[in-house]
Formats: sequence, C-alpha cells, structure tokens
Amino acid sequence: MTAQSHDRPRPSLLLFFARFREVTLSIFILILVLAITLSSPDFLQVNNIRLILLNISILVIVALAQTMVIITKGIDLSVASMIGLVAMMVASFVKMHPQMPMGLAFLLGMALGSVLGAVNGLIITYVKVPPIIATLGTLSIYRGLVFFYSGGTWINSYELPASFKQLSKGTPLGLPNMVIYAILVAVAVYYFLKYTRIGRNIFAVGSNLEAAQVSGIRTQRVIFLVYVLCGVACGLAAVLWASRYESAQTNTALGFELQTVAASVVGGVSISGGVGTVPGVLLGALLFGIIENALTIVNISPFWELAVEGFLILVAVTVDILIVRRVKRNSKT
Amino acid sequence: MKQPGESPTVEGQSGAFIKEFAPRRSFLARFQRWEWMLAALVVAVILLNSRLTPYFMNGQNLARASSDFMELGLMMLPVVFIIITGNIDLSIASNLGMSASFMGLLFNLGVNIWVAALAALVIGSLGGLLNGFLVAKVKLPALVATLGTYAFFRGLAYGFLGDQAATNYPSAFLYLGQGKLPGTLIPFSVALFTVLAVVFGLVLHKTTFGRYLFAIGNNQDAAIYSGVPVERTKIIIFTLSGFMSALAGLILASRFGSTRPDIGTGLELAVITAAVLGGVDINGGIGSMPGAVLSLILIGLIRFGMGLVNIQGQVQGIVIGLLLVLAVPFPNLVRRISGWNRRIERRSLVYTIGMILILTLFIAFFFWARAPILVPGMV
Repeated sequence: MTAQSHDRPRPSLLLFFARFREVTLSIFILILVLAITLSSPDFLQVNNIRLILLNISILVIVALAQTMVIITKGIDLSVASMIGLVAMMVASFVKMHPQMPMGLAFLLGMALGSVLGAVNGLIITYVKVPPIIATLGTLSIYRGLVFFYSGGTWINSYELPASFKQLSKGTPLGLPNMVIYAILVAVAVYYFLKYTRIGRNIFAVGSNLEAAQVSGIRTQRVIFLVYVLCGVACGLAAVLWASRYESAQTNTALGFELQTVAASVVGGVSISGGVGTVPGVLLGALLFGIIENALTIVNISPFWELAVEGFLILVAVTVDILIVRRVKRNSKT
Repeated sequence: MKQPGESPTVEGQSGAFIKEFAPRRSFLARFQRWEWMLAALVVAVILLNSRLTPYFMNGQNLARASSDFMELGLMMLPVVFIIITGNIDLSIASNLGMSASFMGLLFNLGVNIWVAALAALVIGSLGGLLNGFLVAKVKLPALVATLGTYAFFRGLAYGFLGDQAATNYPSAFLYLGQGKLPGTLIPFSVALFTVLAVVFGLVLHKTTFGRYLFAIGNNQDAAIYSGVPVERTKIIIFTLSGFMSALAGLILASRFGSTRPDIGTGLELAVITAAVLGGVDINGGIGSMPGAVLSLILIGLIRFGMGLVNIQGQVQGIVIGLLLVLAVPFPNLVRRISGWNRRIERRSLVYTIGMILILTLFIAFFFWARAPILVPGMV
C-alpha cells in the first residue's frame, strides 16, 4: 500500500484493479449477487439482506482485529479459543449475577480478552516466539482452559438472564443490534488505521520492521498492542456470541480462526505484511456471508457449502496474485 | 566450515555454493543440543509416568497408545520437509478427511475396499499436487494456498459423505490400523511409521534432495541461482504430503472401523506442534528428523500418561501448548532473565510489575468465578 504509491507505472485498467482490490472484489460480489438473484428472486429481499449482515457481524469484528495483526506480518490463530474462553467466563459470571447491568458484560468480556491478547503479545514480543507458533500454543492452552474452567459442562439458554440474551437482539434504526456493533467497530478501526499515529505505525512495522525501528517507532510495543486489540475484539465478539446463541459451550467458535484469516486474505490483506484496508475486509466477510446464504437459497446441499467456500477462496487469491503479477510485468517494460 | 567425513552432496558450482552458504555446522551443533534435551524430557516423562501409575509400563497399553499417534506421525514426516523449506501445509487434516471420505463413498457404492483405498491415495496425492501447483507455480504464500485447500478439501469430504458414514469395512482392511505384526505386540501402523520415518530421515539428511530442502529454506533466491530446482522440489514435497495424509486417512479409518466426513479434524495443528517442538524452525532452513520424531514420542507419552491419570484430552492440550510456547525459546529466555540484573530499567520494572498484577487478577478471577459451575467430583 505505502510502497506502491511511490512508483508510477503506466496507468491501465489492470492497474486500476490491482490498486483497488475493493473494486475487483465488488465486481465479483455483484456478479455473484446477480447470478443468485436470477436463479432465485428471494435473495434480494430486505429481510434476507438483514440476515446476511447479522450473520457476518461477529466475523467482521474479529476479522478486522485479525487484519491489524496480519498487517504487522503476524497472525493470531488463538482468536477462536479466546472467544470460547471469554464466552464461558462471561456467561458463568452473568449466570451468577443475573441482576447486574448488562453493559458491564461487555466491559468484562473486553477486559478478559485484553488479558488473553496481552499474553499472546508478551509471548511474541518478549519471549520472541514467532506469532504463528505462539498463537498455535495459546490456541490449545486457551481451549484447554475452557474445559478446565467449565469441567466440560455447558451453560444453557435457561441459565442466562433475559437481559443478557437481549444484548444481541433488537433492531434500533431498522438494523439489528449486532450489525450496528460491527459497523461501529469497522468505523473505529478505519479511523484508527488511517488517521492516528499508532495506526500508521502498524503499517510501518509490517512493511519494513528495520526501517520502522530506525525511524524511531517502538516496534515491539506496536506489535504488542495489536495482539491486545485483537484480544479486546475477541472479548467483544465472545459476549455477542454467547448472547446471540444463548449458550456458552466448550467448543464455542471452534475453527473460527481460519475463517477470520480467510476473510482478511480474500479482502486483500497481504500475509507478508504492510497491506490491508478496512473496506476490503468488509467485502471479504460479506462474500462469505453471501455464499453461505446463497447456498441455502438456491438449494444446494449444505454439505457442499464448505467446498464451494474453499474453492472461492482459492479463486479469489489466485486471480488477485495473477493480476498483481501482470501489473508488475507491465510496469517493468 | 567443512566438516570431516561429510561427503559433498551436489557436484560442481552449486554444490560449493550450498556448502559455503548454508551454515550447517552451527545449526547441527544447536540441534544436537535440542535433541538431547528432548531425549532427556522423554526419559523424565517415562520415569514420572511409571511412578504415577502402574498401568504405564505395560506392553499392551504402550502398543495401543503408540498406535494412537501414528496418523499424526505419518503426516508429520512430509510436513517436516515442507516447514524446512519455509512453507507450511495447513490442509493435511482436511486432505486426510477428503481421502478417507472418498474411500468411504466408493466402498458404500460397492467398490472393492482395496481399489477404494488406492483411489483414496490417488485423490490425496492430487490434492497435494494442487497445493504444490498453487505454491510453486502460482506463487501463492503457502499459508494462504493451504488455508484455501483446508476449507476446500474438508468441504469435499462433507460433499462426498454428507451425513452418512462408511462402516463395516472387511477385517483384512482393519488390519492396517488395528493389526499387530505376527507374533509380536508391535502394531502394524507403528512398524509402518518406523520404516517411513527412517526413509524420510535418510532422504532429509543424506541425499541431494534433502540438501535442496535446507537450501530453499535458508535462502530461496540463492537456491534458485545455484541451480536448485525449487519449483519441482516444492511440488514434490506438497504432493508427498498429500499422499501421506491419504495414507494416514486409511489408517485412521481402519483404526476407527468407520469413516465420517469430520474424520481427523484439527490434526493439522497437532502435527505442526509436533514438528515445531522437534526443533524444526517455522521460518525454514533448520530442522532434523530425529528431533521431530522425538517430539512426537514426547507428546505421545505426555498425553498417554495424563490420560492414564484421567485428565481430559482438552486439558492435556494446555500442557502441550505450554511446551510449544515455552520450550522452544527456553534457552534464549534463560539467558534474557539471567541478564536482567545488569540492565534493569525502572520503566521496564514498572511494566513487569503491572503485567504480573494484571495476570494475577485474571487468574484470581478465573478461579473465583469458576467455582459455582464446577461439576461435583471434578478436581
């Protein structure tokens, strides 16, 4: 992102696509939407669109945090386990104190999440374990703690107070609550990455660690921070998750980590660091939401859903890299 | 740089290049130390386990427990190759599921089980080839490519079998996962793994191909310029990984006696854990097969021992995770902590105390809030 803006290759349509990953992705999504609508007019109903947005809101929150981590050239594989652990702890706390103001549940969730994220950050910046290994380790540690904490039992819907379950429901302004949370997070992350010094430093650290260090950025602190923020986002997501599905299980969000990475990557975040935008990630998550929804609508067996999703991830990333390479070749000659 | 008794592996210019630029000796020195540490840990765990429970030192139990880890081991062998080249394969467990489900599908349709098994090996290898193509030719980062195929392959597994399961495999097929070598207690799968581990170890440490892997992992551009067939090597190891995943799928299906589409879910992280704990550097260029096998044994023994004293599988994961996070950088960490006194700063002291305080609070909350939902009888 920052590196490409300096050289000026010949302007071309291809370049336009490469520069604005969001454009390619939007076109892809539009074509998809068109095809689905043609085969089933039910798709473009207001209710259905609302459902899609509702279904991706948790994904959006976590994928945006994951994006910040990936921009620093890291990865956080422990997000699903963090969500599982925080959901369990918050749900059991809420169960014990059904009368408490439920806004506190959010604060509690984010506080717990930030501690878990800080542990990740410490292992990565202080103990100097590569992010993928560190978070792979905490993935099993946190998931193990869920079992340790709950003794293998679940917290069911009837044990949770109605006010807690209500957190994720309701539609002020015509949009579901959850969607509004996701939009707020997206706006905050957008502003943070684009207009604050720390946000810009995140890109600097990801594009060139040494250069960032030399220019006086406290790189380790920036890296530590993104993992803490990721933990906070997971804490928020955990509360929403427990509230929406009205339970906390030992396997809450199992396997979710790869979905968040996939949404970021499809949204144009480069795994090698330094590149990524909020709108891109939103589109990436939207693509997943549309596919999931469309398969049920056009009556494809849900068993093929994952295969189609995987195939589309492969197509999206392959097309992207081919375009980028084409542009590079053109700009050289 | 050159070690006595070390035979040149690549002729001509490229050979000289690799030998000169791959700092083999220092890595070797470091590795032997790491392997000794793993071996010491293995011995310690054996002693601890046999003190904890009388059921540990029992041939029957050990044989059963070891066969539980063979699928993991079989998939780990090619993954060690892949990680040494600086890549990663997240799709192995999904590939296992895809191959086993394909076999189950064919078997349910009435195809002979051995033909179905062969077909599973083929489809697994094709899956690996797809990964290899995406990484070597399309030049996607391995993490991204195999993340895509991770979903794709698992999706195919669900597509093949849906909510069905394949069961009632003939007893000859069950031998793969449940049988023992005639006249001994050694399970067939353990014997198979042992042979393959030796073969993979020899390929990695004694052949040109093995040197290519280290060369690619140390410096891919240098490897290209010195004539290492980088693309072909990558395609080979990813295809190999697909084949071995399919093989592991056959053995797992045989051990369970049935196949469901979710078979082997989550094994990829266990495999990578084993490889990394074995000293294979996730950034590539460093690693040894004996180390990886030792770490597999270590993980197996720890899980087995904890299982014998009735610790749930998921809680066992805490110990494995801690090992992964702390054991690998342990030597480094000790050095840092012992160097603390000299360059202690007030600011870092404040941070440290703050961190410890927050963590203590978290732990206190964890145990305080945990009590009410404790199931009676659980510790």
